[in-house]
Amino acid sequence: MTEYRSFAAVQTDLKAGSITCRQLVDHYLDRIAEQAHLNVFTQVYTDESRVQAEQVDRKLANGTAGRLAGMVIGLKDVLSHAGHGLRAGSHILDNFTAQFTGTAVERLLAEDAIVIGRQNCDEFAMGSSNENSAFGPVRNAADPTRVPGGSSGGSAVAVQAGLCLASIGSDTGGSVRQPAAFCGVVGLKPTYGRISRWGLVAYASSFDCIGPIANTLADVALLLEIMAGPDGFDSTVSTQPVGAYTQAVTAPVKPLRVAYLREGIDSEGVDPAIREATRQKLDQLRAAGHQVDAVDISLLKYLLPTYYILTTAEASSNLSRFDGVRYGYRSPDSTDLITMYKRSRTEGFGAEVRRRILLGTFVLSASYYDAYYTKAQRVRRLMQQEMERLFTQYDVLLSPTTPTTAYRLGEKTSDPLQMYLGDIFTVLANVVGYPAVSIPNGHDGSEPALPIGLQLMTPPFAEERLLTVAQSLQ
Amino acid sequence: MITTELLHKIAHLARLDVRPEEEASMLGSMNDVLTWMEQLNEVDTEGVEPLTHISPENNVLRDDVVMNQLPREQALVNAPQQDGQFFEVPKVLE
Repeated sequence: MTEYRSFAAVQTDLKAGSITCRQLVDHYLDRIAEQAHLNVFTQVYTDESRVQAEQVDRKLANGTAGRLAGMVIGLKDVLSHAGHGLRAGSHILDNFTAQFTGTAVERLLAEDAIVIGRQNCDEFAMGSSNENSAFGPVRNAADPTRVPGGSSGGSAVAVQAGLCLASIGSDTGGSVRQPAAFCGVVGLKPTYGRISRWGLVAYASSFDCIGPIANTLADVALLLEIMAGPDGFDSTVSTQPVGAYTQAVTAPVKPLRVAYLREGIDSEGVDPAIREATRQKLDQLRAAGHQVDAVDISLLKYLLPTYYILTTAEASSNLSRFDGVRYGYRSPDSTDLITMYKRSRTEGFGAEVRRRILLGTFVLSASYYDAYYTKAQRVRRLMQQEMERLFTQYDVLLSPTTPTTAYRLGEKTSDPLQMYLGDIFTVLANVVGYPAVSIPNGHDGSEPALPIGLQLMTPPFAEERLLTVAQSLQ
Repeated sequence: MITTELLHKIAHLARLDVRPEEEASMLGSMNDVLTWMEQLNEVDTEGVEPLTHISPENNVLRDDVVMNQLPREQALVNAPQQDGQFFEVPKVLE
């Protein structure tokens, strides 16, 4: 069967009658089995996806199919899907079955998307390499000795390796965009509140966003258009009208004021191949007649510390619900309540999750609250103000998505700080709540060659502009 | 600087145990991260209001309607220990 790299191609062949959804699903199930060593799926819904495919085939035949008929997707294992397991890459959710379907997933199903399985990720979406999973690490299909990025590593590799057409991930500090960059696919983090978080396992609630991963901007735009919008189950979701994202992808690009992060080119920490690939894109923009300027973000070096103070604080609070009482793992040998809580949590959570809960508990403790947590909240406001000023002068901000290409498995696991520093270009969008997308930007000179990502960012709710500009660079 | 004693105090607050074999590495990595976080002290935040809500549309409310979205049987499905009516935990009072 053809290796489909866009939904438009699938739709053309479905319409021509040269394939069926059932054949598509069978093809992906074969691919998943062939590529099992990549460790992408934590569960494959073999029988269910076949049944679902046949239902969609019938709907296509009688003209009642939804907009996603023929779209075979995978879900990061942090998205609630009723009657299916939900583990968040953690032992603490052993044997847990989701009680309800989250809003974003519900909307995809209502448009006849076919869910083929759940995808491996870093535990509770905490990690940048997909090595913090109770299900073992995911491998990058470009080079299986290397990490896929994280935390939505399985979701990115699934698209990269052709195991499904698109994936739904989550992005708290770059968890959609960074693995998209490492795997050579497109990943979008929308504006905070653009997509309801109902049914997304919470990591850091004021940062978390659901985001699509696909081969093309058109597919990412379509998924965003369907998932976005008001929802009675999330009090932080935006009531702003949902844009015509699918049209934005084909819209002509107007002359733009483009800023690029000077640090993204000049910093010694940026791989030379990434620097060169980013420069070429800037030249391309200049040649197309856009204004292109280097900008500095004065608070750049404070971004990551701010991010880690606030997200560990929010995580320590969010993850307090995992206590072994109502669901999930309970340590078998506890005789009193406190011991039961402690043993269940200590045995159920992995080391990085426990480290972040401890850090968060520390920064929220009475004696240190103002010095760390309140301080970071103040710096967060300054960052938001700085970005607001920047975007009065510019339409879009460019940088590499990551300072390096995919590193080797185990290379950064011993030093959490080294791992954190790789998020430098992606966390900005989450700290200020802005939308950003990572698009493929060539490969480095490694053997085998590793994908490079380019990141574009716009002000809140300017996803249409983001998609239009990104498409012009493809 | 977090001391061993403080680490255990925080762990108790977080309802976690510190695994003996991890104590040194956990302490070391947490102190590395905290020292790095302290860079924020270089930023002048005098008079800056803490940002507590990232979206200007915080608290988008709807009418509160009584509904039973999760029947008891279903709510108990994932429980490690239950008696058909309640979640069971180790004895709290002697």
